[in-house]
Amino acid sequence: MDIGTLLTVLTLSCFIGYFVVWGVTPSLHSPLMSVSNAISGIVIVGAIIAASHSSETTPQIFSLIAIFLASINIFGGFAVSHRMLLMFKKKEKKQ
Amino acid sequence: MTITPTLSYLTSSIFFILSIRFLASPKSARQGNILGTIGMLLAIITTLSIHPASNIVAIIGTLALGACIGIYSGLKVKMTSLPQMIAIFNGLGGLSAVCIALAETISKSTSYLDNSLGLIIGAIAFSGSIIAFAKLQGIISAKAISSKLILFLQLSLSIATLFLCIIYILNGNPNIFYIMGIICIILGVLMVIPIGGADMPVVISLLNSYSGWACVGIGFSLQNPLLIIVGSIVGASGAILSYIMIKAMNRSLTNVLFGGIEKSSNSKSTISPQQTAQSGSPEDAAFIMENANKIIIVPGYGMAAAQAQHALKAMADELHNHYGVEVKYAIHPVAGRMPGHMNVLLAEANVPYDDVFELEDINREFATADVAYIIGANDITNPLAKTDSSSPIYGMPILDVEKAKTVFFVKRSLGHGYSGIENPLFFAPNTIMLYGDAKKVTEDIVKILEST
Repeated sequence: MDIGTLLTVLTLSCFIGYFVVWGVTPSLHSPLMSVSNAISGIVIVGAIIAASHSSETTPQIFSLIAIFLASINIFGGFAVSHRMLLMFKKKEKKQ
Repeated sequence: MTITPTLSYLTSSIFFILSIRFLASPKSARQGNILGTIGMLLAIITTLSIHPASNIVAIIGTLALGACIGIYSGLKVKMTSLPQMIAIFNGLGGLSAVCIALAETISKSTSYLDNSLGLIIGAIAFSGSIIAFAKLQGIISAKAISSKLILFLQLSLSIATLFLCIIYILNGNPNIFYIMGIICIILGVLMVIPIGGADMPVVISLLNSYSGWACVGIGFSLQNPLLIIVGSIVGASGAILSYIMIKAMNRSLTNVLFGGIEKSSNSKSTISPQQTAQSGSPEDAAFIMENANKIIIVPGYGMAAAQAQHALKAMADELHNHYGVEVKYAIHPVAGRMPGHMNVLLAEANVPYDDVFELEDINREFATADVAYIIGANDITNPLAKTDSSSPIYGMPILDVEKAKTVFFVKRSLGHGYSGIENPLFFAPNTIMLYGDAKKVTEDIVKILEST
């Protein structure tokens, strides 16, 4: 993929990010942090690619460490966000 | 790339965008988180299937191990330790980017610039987050340090990084790359060390943003649009959160990162020494509150530190159910140690989210409130922010608690807030200080309310 296409993707994504994030209600700013933190673990894709296309031992080890760390970040982040969001409740209607 | 993986990467990008979009309301937020998780699994499975590796067992094994550790710690962590937890997860993400950049460099990748970006930003995000974690956890002092030496080191290391990066791009010598990594780890430490506890919301958001941009760097290096899309959304999210926090303190980013808060010496004259604050007992507080029509509770970091949110909810329930008092909560954007910290703690104590209001939505209501109950907060209520232009917090939006008929401050002492300045509200005729631990005082009030 050429650099021009990648730059286009980057620029348009920044705009999407900008508008989507401003739409988040302030009371959910903590879950926003932990969700965005979890999805930043998407570098795991990069780690898997690096692990699969290298044949030497040292890069292999580094890629595996990267996979390990990113997966803690991803699954921990989603688990914490899930717990947080479960707590947000609406007022119960009076009977 | 054939069409199928492209489409499935595209689908997971859409899922990620929607997962943030759904956080627009607490009603849809849970689905958002689930969509994000599905998007992530889809991305992982797609990657595994299009890059068949000889070591697939090792890859899936490490992935599963990480997932178990992550889920376990995510489910076990106490809600009061959330800011630390987010900081440490963020640090791991940064370190992961560093490892990928290293692996790519050792396997003689020629995308020098992109790898450098991944390394530099990832390393700073990693070591910065670890220091933020240590500060939040109380392992190292959370005090703000302002030192010319640290500033000088920061500056020189940043310049050194820039030069090394240029040299590396020109000649591709991996040794330069490794040195750059070490320097950036030190730089990350130096960037967070001087920053005080109350500025942590800004720092955590900023580090969050960094790990997104590190992801973008790796995405360019591997020419993977998914990493670029997700990385830039995370980057934008962190950047916007830091902007909101900084604006809520009426400060600039450079002031938070390099200045500490300036201790002003000339604004102290506003309070004459003979003024005394009147203090009250939990009995007084209970009596005034049970006869009130409307009470607004203002929580701050002190509530989190004392874990008083459950006692607070019990007090609000007692007042509402037995005395018919209307109880609302007012949240300042920078209350606590991370964006939205107070909202999460109140939610943990089962406070319904429609009783909790942001500053701009509730500020006018203080004038009609009988009681403002301020628990573990100080600077965010200080009227000097509006009146004293020489005050370091001048211009910061505050909660207008002084307009309530009676103001209760639950505090350990008459001490200063984070900014180090006096709060004249302590000495106002309608203010009553309730000295003691936030949780203890609130529990005492609950007992009295229950017994009468």
